[in-house]
Amino acid sequence: MAGYVVKRVIQAIFLLKLVMIIVFLLLHMTGDPVSVMMDTDATLEDIAYMKKLMGFDQPLWVQYARFFKGAIQGNFGESIEHGEPAMALVLERFPATLEMALGAFMFAVVIGIPFGCLAAFKEDSLYDKGCVGISVLIQAVPDFWLAIMFIMFFSVFLGVLPSFGRGGWSHFIMPAFAASTYHLARMARLMRSQMLEVMRQDYITTARAKGLNEKIILMVHALKNSAIPIVTVLGLDLGILLGGTVIIEVVFAWPGVGRLVVQAIANRDFPIVQSAVFLMASGFVIINLTVDLLYAYLDPRISYS
Amino acid sequence: MTVAMHAIEIPANLDGNGLVREENRWRKAMASLLKDKSALFGVLILLGVVICAVLAPIISPASPHEQLLSRALKPPMWTDGHRTFLLGTDHLGRDYLSRLIYGTRVSLIVGFFAVFLTGSVGLLVGLVSGYFGGKIDFVLMRLVDLVLSFPFILLALATIAIVGPSLTVLILVMSMRIWVIYARVVRGEVLSLREQEFIQAARSIGGSHFRIIFRHILPNVLAPVVIIASLYLGRMIIIEAGLSFLGLGVPPPTPTWGGLLSDGKVHLYTAWWVVTFPGLAITLTVLGSNLVGDWLRNVLDPRLNSL
Repeated sequence: MAGYVVKRVIQAIFLLKLVMIIVFLLLHMTGDPVSVMMDTDATLEDIAYMKKLMGFDQPLWVQYARFFKGAIQGNFGESIEHGEPAMALVLERFPATLEMALGAFMFAVVIGIPFGCLAAFKEDSLYDKGCVGISVLIQAVPDFWLAIMFIMFFSVFLGVLPSFGRGGWSHFIMPAFAASTYHLARMARLMRSQMLEVMRQDYITTARAKGLNEKIILMVHALKNSAIPIVTVLGLDLGILLGGTVIIEVVFAWPGVGRLVVQAIANRDFPIVQSAVFLMASGFVIINLTVDLLYAYLDPRISYS
Repeated sequence: MTVAMHAIEIPANLDGNGLVREENRWRKAMASLLKDKSALFGVLILLGVVICAVLAPIISPASPHEQLLSRALKPPMWTDGHRTFLLGTDHLGRDYLSRLIYGTRVSLIVGFFAVFLTGSVGLLVGLVSGYFGGKIDFVLMRLVDLVLSFPFILLALATIAIVGPSLTVLILVMSMRIWVIYARVVRGEVLSLREQEFIQAARSIGGSHFRIIFRHILPNVLAPVVIIASLYLGRMIIIEAGLSFLGLGVPPPTPTWGGLLSDGKVHLYTAWWVVTFPGLAITLTVLGSNLVGDWLRNVLDPRLNSL
């Protein structure tokens, strides 16, 4: 087990290095930001001077070495638009994104899992069919469109919820729920199929044959064993939510990382884009690592090689 | 999670190439379509959307580009009795129904091409990785990990912003992520197939790697590829709409569903139809492709239920 942990951690570090190289190349592909920063009446000498000042005239590997040295200290250069450290700006917005991602995640777990379980317990009933049907439908709905529909209904028509910005519960509920819908529906379906599979296993039959209370069988034996594959999906979902609520953030003018990136792209402010991609990718790598280790812990049958 | 099924079924129906069983499976799938109502519904939706895309110039009641500001934001026909525009007009007075019908084109082109491209790349990577194993496998799988560790939407935004939006860029960017899903599943299948008797037999009579991979293994991994393709077609269409919504899709004046939504968002407070219909169109199309995907999965390979 210890060997497996070390191996996975080394893999994760290697992955982060690759992420860094790609993030660097991403910036390099954008050409030089100097021409964007300068006034339109800047002379060629001004531009050349600025380039030299910022080190854009150096060979690629020198630029990478400098970038890497900065990056491991969390320094991704200054935002071209704001003149402040880009990573600091991204980190400042991160709590908002985390709030929405966790909120959406919570909805997916709290609603998706019980509905999926109930559907499995009552297989082929009207309730089961309804659950499956609704989740199939929800999975087809684009979440950002649903967000717009929410605004139209709750903010414009009923006038009960604010349509933009971040604040208390009333600001939080629409974006978080809209962001969760796809994951919620998927979670319910997955939970259902997992549960059905587990309930066909021999040890459930054995438990029933022993005359155990059906409730105990379902809640203890079945639920516990179907949790294992769900953990992996949960981890992946959280990662996807962290990096993937961009459009929802734009729709609700939610002051998170995604919206910051969209604005930065419009202003060609690439240090911000870089910092954000790096931050989110690191988060993703760390979540995946945690999930893998958790998985190994939960399922002793897994081989640690 | 891998396969007892192959091991049980193969000896019974094998004709020496491992092909007969495959044909049976596909034929059985087609037969089940007529019994499965939701699958049939999905196929009909997709057919309808494809017909809209192909015949757009014929079935559109008006031009999707013709602007007339004096008739801007007219509501749908049934709400004000205006006879000309069935679904009303947009903020530039263009016929909304025609724009919706033309919008199917970009969605389907991007969706199908992205799915086809990623399917081919992922299939190839999975075949090579699973069959040869060793160093090639290690490198390819680390590449897969790398792709999986990127926040896809952010990376897509950054890439499109750098190289500029166009149809080709959109297809390529969206393909960046999805190929790894095929690669992983196909690799898993190949790993278990590799050790089966009919592959061993092919190898022992001196079949080349190329022949074994494409003649014996490929037909046996096509089912998961088709399943993933149909399940992800819908996701692709949603992602394309999302990127267009952010202004990073196919540039205007080409009508796209995401673009229609983004134009309409500003008029949310006054004109409900400009934000409602594009979303319904996306939902219906994606529903169709998901239903078809679910059906293919159930018939061809129910083990893939975590996709």
